[in-house]
Amino acid sequence: MSLTVDEVRHIANLARLKLTPEEERRYAQQLSSILESAARLLEVDTAQIPPTATVLPLRAPLRPDIPRPCPPREKMLSNAPETEAGMFRVPPVLE
Amino acid sequence: MTALTDLSLLEAASALRKGEVSSLELTEACLERIDALEPQLHAFLAQTPDLAISQAKAADQRLQEWHKKTEEPLPLTLGIPVAIKDVLCLEGIPTTCGSRILEDFRPPYSATSVARLIDNGVVVLGKTNTDEFAMGSSTENSAYGTTHNPWDLDRVPGGSSGGSAAAVAARMCFAALGTDTGGSVRQPASFCGITGLKTSYGRVSRYGLIAYGSSLDTVGALTRSAADLLPLFTAMAGHDPLDSTCMPDPVPEINLDAGTLTGVRIGVPKEYLIEGIQDEVETAVRSAVKVFEELGAEIQEVSLPHTDLALPVYYLIAPAEASANLARYDAVRFGPRLKSEKLWNQYLNTRGELFGPEVKRRIMLGTYALSAGYYDAYYGQAQKVRTLIKDDFETVFKDVDLIACPVAPTTAFRIGEHGDDPLAMYLEDIFTLPANLAGVPGMAFPVGFDRNDLPIGMQLNAPHLGEKALFQAVHAYQTQTDWHLRKPDL
Repeated sequence: MSLTVDEVRHIANLARLKLTPEEERRYAQQLSSILESAARLLEVDTAQIPPTATVLPLRAPLRPDIPRPCPPREKMLSNAPETEAGMFRVPPVLE
Repeated sequence: MTALTDLSLLEAASALRKGEVSSLELTEACLERIDALEPQLHAFLAQTPDLAISQAKAADQRLQEWHKKTEEPLPLTLGIPVAIKDVLCLEGIPTTCGSRILEDFRPPYSATSVARLIDNGVVVLGKTNTDEFAMGSSTENSAYGTTHNPWDLDRVPGGSSGGSAAAVAARMCFAALGTDTGGSVRQPASFCGITGLKTSYGRVSRYGLIAYGSSLDTVGALTRSAADLLPLFTAMAGHDPLDSTCMPDPVPEINLDAGTLTGVRIGVPKEYLIEGIQDEVETAVRSAVKVFEELGAEIQEVSLPHTDLALPVYYLIAPAEASANLARYDAVRFGPRLKSEKLWNQYLNTRGELFGPEVKRRIMLGTYALSAGYYDAYYGQAQKVRTLIKDDFETVFKDVDLIACPVAPTTAFRIGEHGDDPLAMYLEDIFTLPANLAGVPGMAFPVGFDRNDLPIGMQLNAPHLGEKALFQAVHAYQTQTDWHLRKPDL
């Protein structure tokens, strides 16, 4: 399994990562060798094996729905790079 | 006279109760030691001396009141200086995960594990270095520089909880919190000659732990012995309504004096003592197994046949989960922003510029494994093979109580030794990944030294929620041996 630079560019775009051309080349090579090393995994017969998403026997436990105070708005906004009128400020999403 | 920082956590707790020392004196001794050694080790990303001194004074106040009427039980951690891995939130204190994308982030709340320790009176000295978002085995992936191993400054301390391990080994603190997603508590504990616990998945709340691989992440601790570790585990473990993956099961009371190993069955998996493992590591692990036998344990060879598949399974599942977890770094709610006219470009620029190379590599690997056309072949297949690995453990634990094996194939490697070769670095984790995939607990502890005087560690694994057996076995071993008492010359 080997990844082309075009495929790396596509994945980086899906993951919202801007890469330099040098990074694209390096990741194409490194990701290819990581996937090659995983090839033996693909050969295991798992037709009858269920997947494990979690090792816990718990299934979405619920806690009592009791109102409790939440942190003040200023505190939750205090790490934001830009705020306005008590909200997070972002560039326009729709033109 | 013993330096205060050379006391064990339990000796310090006892001295506090007898009034032989104050928490402020312990704290100042640790702060002085950090000042003296930090330039060589770089174990910390943030130091919190003001917080530490105020917590120490509060602990001393509580001790004074306790002396007037001693019937109220005091937590063993009261007044004990500790350090916290920088992936766990501590309200108001910079928490970076070793990443530039969280530079100057000050959490608005504390992790449950941290809050419970603080409720139990610990003194927080600071936040320790880590590979960026806990992705790595050496701390070389920290955006803020590598931590140096106290036993040999040219070598890595292991990772990702390398700052915590170095700080404990160097006697900068009595204990430290770490996290273990694929070996990140056990491997640095092994490289630094200390004791480290990876808790069972679901045993300790992860509320306030900045997520990496959510089906694998666990909170643990590093100390100089199993006995020192117990009060931290007791304080942290148990259900938390703020974490729906934290098990409601009661945490057993663990009494170390009563622990006997007579009749305890320990399995040694044949898949772990393989070619490529450093001779001295194998010899030390086999000698330690002999000690367990002399302590009354029954030793038998066991088989975990899917061990060699743990590496590819982990390096598909963990990156897949990471790619989803790290989607939240969007420069909207926290973190620096590389401004752009368009939101799309702002995402691309901020994330492309501020994530480090290993984090980007894993995000892309995970994105690929989850993408249309590859999901079943990679992520789906990895989840199925994970079932086989988990079943291996369940089968073996029908016959034995504990599994004994090495922590890492070698002792601490040199800084820069793996260069830009991600696969070579991933191989460091081959013996620690299976426990995370199976969700079982593990404890790493020192069992010898190699020819370069570098510590060798081994681990015991127990069934899910079986931490009690780990504490009892390692404590029994540490009453018979003194590897855990050795300290680096600094």
